[in-house]
Amino acid sequence: MSSTFDTVSGIISETCDIEKDTIKADSHVIDDLGIDSLDFLDVVFAVDKAFGIKIPHEKWTEEINEGRASAEDYFILSNLCTRIDELVAEKAA
Amino acid sequence: MLDSIVALGDDEIETRAIVPDDSTVFEGHFPGHPLMPGVLLIETMAQTCGTMVMAAHSYERLPLLVGVKDAKLRQFVAPKTEITGRGKLEHAGSGYAVAKGELLVEGKRVANAQLTYTLIKWPAPELRDFMVAHIGELKASS
Repeated sequence: MSSTFDTVSGIISETCDIEKDTIKADSHVIDDLGIDSLDFLDVVFAVDKAFGIKIPHEKWTEEINEGRASAEDYFILSNLCTRIDELVAEKAA
Repeated sequence: MLDSIVALGDDEIETRAIVPDDSTVFEGHFPGHPLMPGVLLIETMAQTCGTMVMAAHSYERLPLLVGVKDAKLRQFVAPKTEITGRGKLEHAGSGYAVAKGELLVEGKRVANAQLTYTLIKWPAPELRDFMVAHIGELKASS
């Protein structure tokens, strides 16, 4: 996870012009880092490319909008990194 | 902006567009020196790549342009110019797509950009029907 966090925080820093030191494992991508939906799309694209996965962004958004998941499940950075690790493992299986 | 679709594959497209000889656009851009505005060159790339993205998703989603990156407008484009549009699907993500677009005149690249689309469900079935029919007409025009 720490390696994933390093990569993802680097992507967020570069893509959204945010100081890397301010990005923490418990940072909320939207509430704490102020990333909007369009910037998050750029982050998802960069993560997809970096990890060779396809983040189910559309499904996550639907789950949050329909109340089947909380935004924290996907937008707290440590949770996002866990989801990414799961997607990488699924791809490798 | 597009006059015809020359080729449409799963992840690439070629289109043709002819800049009109006469248009109100040229009245102000510029008097006595008509040039295709750069934003319309970007729109031509956006329509080219958007058509490809739509086809790549079996016309089940409407692509909306949400990002233009690394756009370069390399050469003036005058009225009556025939433009070749080319698009390549860079990444088909979940709910979004990224494409590379370029425009060529007589084989020389005049504009290029990376385009990002968000993919939404069709807001009205009539719109989907219209777009599918219009793309069919553009393909038949080649």
